[in-house]
Amino acid sequence: MATKVKRSLIYIALILLAVICLLPFALMMINATRTGPEIVKSFTLVPGVALRDNWETVSGYFDLFRGMLNSVSVALPSTLLTSYFSALAAYALVMYAFKGNKVISTTIVIFMMIPGQLSLIGFYDLITNLGMIDTYWPLILPAVASPGVVFFLRQYLEGSLQPALVEAARIDGATEIHIFHKIILPLMSPGIATMAIGAFVGSWNNYLIPLILLNSPDKFTLPVMIASLNSSQDITRNQGAIYLAVAISVIPILIAFAFLSKYIIGSISAGGVKE
Amino acid sequence: MASETKVKKKKKKNLNNTGYLFVAPFVIVFLIFNVYPVLRTLYLSFTDYKGFGDAIFSGGANYSRVLHDKFFWRALGNTAKIWGVNIVLQLGLALLLTIVFSDIKYKIRGLGIFRALYYLPNLIAATSVAFLFKTLLDWRYGTINQMLMGIGMMKNPVDWLGSPGTAPYVISVISAWMWFGNSFIMLMAGVQGISRDYFEAAAIDGAGRFKVFTKITMPLLRPIMLYVGITSLIGGLQMFDLPFLISGGTGGKPSGSTQTVVMYLYKFGFETNQVGFASAIAYVLFAIILVFSVIQFKAMYGKKKGEVA
Repeated sequence: MATKVKRSLIYIALILLAVICLLPFALMMINATRTGPEIVKSFTLVPGVALRDNWETVSGYFDLFRGMLNSVSVALPSTLLTSYFSALAAYALVMYAFKGNKVISTTIVIFMMIPGQLSLIGFYDLITNLGMIDTYWPLILPAVASPGVVFFLRQYLEGSLQPALVEAARIDGATEIHIFHKIILPLMSPGIATMAIGAFVGSWNNYLIPLILLNSPDKFTLPVMIASLNSSQDITRNQGAIYLAVAISVIPILIAFAFLSKYIIGSISAGGVKE
Repeated sequence: MASETKVKKKKKKNLNNTGYLFVAPFVIVFLIFNVYPVLRTLYLSFTDYKGFGDAIFSGGANYSRVLHDKFFWRALGNTAKIWGVNIVLQLGLALLLTIVFSDIKYKIRGLGIFRALYYLPNLIAATSVAFLFKTLLDWRYGTINQMLMGIGMMKNPVDWLGSPGTAPYVISVISAWMWFGNSFIMLMAGVQGISRDYFEAAAIDGAGRFKVFTKITMPLLRPIMLYVGITSLIGGLQMFDLPFLISGGTGGKPSGSTQTVVMYLYKFGFETNQVGFASAIAYVLFAIILVFSVIQFKAMYGKKKGEVA
């Protein structure tokens, strides 16, 4: 009996914690439908009727869909580059015993531990010298080299690759790149999928790097655009609009999470590898 | 016979070349965009570079300036405070949840759904989280003050983000809110890696919950706790987005109480163009992270050498 009571109390606590995780998002969506003065006066869990007005204020302030499009045009190619080239590098490190293999593997582990701020200034300096400021190149190209993803995929491949499979394909006369495309990529696809989701979210949410590299407002990615709300002074009049703008930036991720949560959580459990 | 080995050798050499070819795109981009910037920052930290013109060698001047700069130390103190409170909440909560969900007596169900809900805040961009809470926590018009006053927990509104006594801790709590689900998932994965036999054997032997925790769960979770701790330290000491956006700039309002080291670095690197100095800040912070990672490693493994998994 005591166990039953305790168990119920545990469930209540767990549900309460879940509410704390969700409540800010719920308030955000409700407040997005209310007028500024309403929000200021009191809070409620009943949606208001000012969604359209708030939307007009938001769209008068900036073009959020443009920001979304910009974010997609950075995050999508980055994710594809990370996935393909990390898989290729991981395969090379596992399958071919070339000179320097060990050195590369060790360097990858070292660079996984090096904090990003160490390269921030040098990176900006490099991009300036390459004349790539205010372009998407420096946000996309570096994705070819993601040490964390190569590390994870190498572990993944070591666990799942049977060299005999590759040998058999070689005897049949398949070229090495053909083997990679037809046998290895499908074999690695679950591992690649988990890493790709992480890479996409990381790129989608990235703020600091686009902040220092992009100057033109029409090139701003979503986080940089949202951050420009800081310059809107009259918070009283705009609160409903601010909530709506933030809600619009959050909803795509919420929808994606509803479908992909298994993979996302799998990727954290699997190796605990960042990005 | 001899020619056959030769053919084999040649084939092996070709395969090695394929290996080089496959790893080449990664290595080239890695050298350009990862390795070079780190070395370039190191080089600039020994110069008086202003972001344009020539970089003139200035020896260790930037480093001595960083070490004597009380605002750098204040920023480091702020960062440590914000991260420290955050990690206690984040790991404490994650550990508690791990104990609850791994308890074989209570058999709590719904791990999948709870895990997903707890993880959700981590998925949202820090920029969106910052604006959401900035608006919710607004002193006069914010929903959180209205709620707390509505249920009678407070009489007067609290200026959460406007006073140095609360602002840094509010950021700690928001960070913990964002990250405890992530830590929980990792710890839970660690527990699921522990064979159930241990727990069942302990239950048969009549070991209490506390004993199971200290003698089985904790020791076996040590490597993963260390991993969570160190990655959180590396990420936490680089905290930027949340305090930068909540306080509205690199100044760390109110009265510099939320200015983190990377905000301080950003101020010199990108606002006042003292690039050499900013580079030195980056390396001093790196040295500090390194020292603390080693201490953390030693603290968790110090007594039992050779147990490192």
